[in-house]
Amino acid sequence: MRVEFLFWAGCPSHPKALADLREALLETGHDPDRVIVREVDSEAGARAEEFVGSPTIRIDGVDVQPLDDEPTGLTCRVYRRRDGRISPTPDPVDLRDALRAASISSGRS
Amino acid sequence: MPAIGEGAPTFALPDTGGTIHAPDGAAATVIVFTCNHCPYALAWHERIIGVASDYADRGVRMLAINPNDADRYPRDSLDAMRARVEAGEFGGVPYLRDESQEVARAYDARTTPDLFVLDSGGVLRYRGAPDGDQDDPGENAAWLRGALDAVLEGRAPNPDETRPVGCSIKWKA
Repeated sequence: MRVEFLFWAGCPSHPKALADLREALLETGHDPDRVIVREVDSEAGARAEEFVGSPTIRIDGVDVQPLDDEPTGLTCRVYRRRDGRISPTPDPVDLRDALRAASISSGRS
Repeated sequence: MPAIGEGAPTFALPDTGGTIHAPDGAAATVIVFTCNHCPYALAWHERIIGVASDYADRGVRMLAINPNDADRYPRDSLDAMRARVEAGEFGGVPYLRDESQEVARAYDARTTPDLFVLDSGGVLRYRGAPDGDQDDPGENAAWLRGALDAVLEGRAPNPDETRPVGCSIKWKA
């Protein structure tokens, strides 16, 4: 399973989001150090990475909260928590669910 | 950059309907630099607007200002601001456009949101975040409410300054 964490340093949400992701990995039985962390620091880089905001988290290439028609760019990303609230970071429950789904599809626990 | 205890910059900016607004010597004035696209601004938005509603009958006036470069961030365009106002997201709080970004620079605004509380004499009494956690509605804009309570009672807010947290202001090149 490939876990990617892309961030832009100009948005302050990435330390908490990365900590939440590592916690979710631990809770789902994975090595929290397996996260591939990459900084996106230019608009060109954002286009190349299809980076639609910080942080962007992909598990086996699939965004944990896919967006339609979102422009790429150096900005903070808007996430929706399960209760509908807006947040700068993904809902930890969504992270755990995405990791479990990826584990099942890849045949690993 | 205004310091706590010093006079804050004056300004006059248009709202989404073109009406000009300025700090007018209300018992307390809250100036909120905010925007449409930032998750921090959006996460805190209802809490901040709730303060305007709760303190209106005590003579508190709130002015929301969007200073972001809408060319680079189209979600912060005047049309997008107007759509939010027309959807009722701002209650009765005027949503002002700082097209030149001069007001944001005069206040040394850093993020969206970034809040400034002025007393009736236009003196800056509080600057910073609404409360300590954008993800916890239970915080209920406690720092902002505490600052307003203090100003309305003639006391110095404690804290009088906190670190603004949010998306950087999108300055024009």
